[in-house]
Amino acid sequence: MDSGVIWGTWGLWGLLGLVSLATYVWRFAGATIAARIDPGGAWFQWFSCLAYGMLAGLISRIILLPVGILAETPLIDRLVALAAGFLIFAAFKRNMLPGMVTAISVFGVLATLRDFEVL
Amino acid sequence: MPVWFVSLAMMGFGSLARDSGVSFGVAVVSTVTVWGLPGQIAFVELFAVGAPVLAIVVASSMANMRFLPMSISMLPLFRADRAAWRWRYLFAAMMSVNTWAVTLRFAPEMPEQHRAPYFIGLSITCMTAGVLGTGLGYYLAGTFPFYITVSLIFLNIMYFTFLFASVRQRNCLLALFFGAALGPLFHLISPDWGLPFCGVTAGTAAFFIDRRMGGGHG
Repeated sequence: MDSGVIWGTWGLWGLLGLVSLATYVWRFAGATIAARIDPGGAWFQWFSCLAYGMLAGLISRIILLPVGILAETPLIDRLVALAAGFLIFAAFKRNMLPGMVTAISVFGVLATLRDFEVL
Repeated sequence: MPVWFVSLAMMGFGSLARDSGVSFGVAVVSTVTVWGLPGQIAFVELFAVGAPVLAIVVASSMANMRFLPMSISMLPLFRADRAAWRWRYLFAAMMSVNTWAVTLRFAPEMPEQHRAPYFIGLSITCMTAGVLGTGLGYYLAGTFPFYITVSLIFLNIMYFTFLFASVRQRNCLLALFFGAALGPLFHLISPDWGLPFCGVTAGTAAFFIDRRMGGGHG
């Protein structure tokens, strides 16, 4: 179905405006609260923990329970690539680049092999 | 380095947007005004299936809720610089997970008056790369084989995974660990509210356990 037909050009721009506003609400609420937060204090630390907890939850959910195109790849491929990445990451004393390159290469090779039906 | 990942990730979004029937202008402008991939993806995917307006707005807003704790934990770094502090709402609008993570990692060691110019330069560079990536991805949509597109998306996820894994502070590492364990579980319980609850639970647990452990900060 082509949603553009139902929405029309202006409707889509209006929808983008609403979606953007709905995102700015969080950003600006954060900016307002930030005025009362001391960067050396406990609240600052707590909000940092909250942000990291939320981001880690999001990423781990995308790896384990993806939606969209990533869901078409087998879970084992994603996990093997991740494990290989962390192994190299640890071997290189927690240097992000070797770990990341390993994980992406392993995943890329697996995805290519599956696409050509070698695996 | 962050710049390349932004443009590659946004290329993935650009091609997704085209497949979803969103116009070129809306796709590119959304990269600047929404400036958060999970919210943008929710927007175009729900639009493609003809979801009601309210559902699209709520879903993309929830997907971008992380900006609340993120701006609270980044903006105080600029407060000592009085000229920069007046622009804090603009900084909040320019912030992405990428620029937030990089700023939190490097800005605390910088002199206060250098932090805002650093953040602005980083953000403008990343946004430009994001816009170019969205446009390029829109034009190239459908020309990539499956394994290239899916690897581009996985690259984006791995970039953040290892960027966060190299964080040094113990309380943040604990929060990452708990968040990674709880995220999928909470998502199974409630796809809409799972993420904020995961953030609060993992973050609060990490905060108090770190305090309990005492000493050895940094």
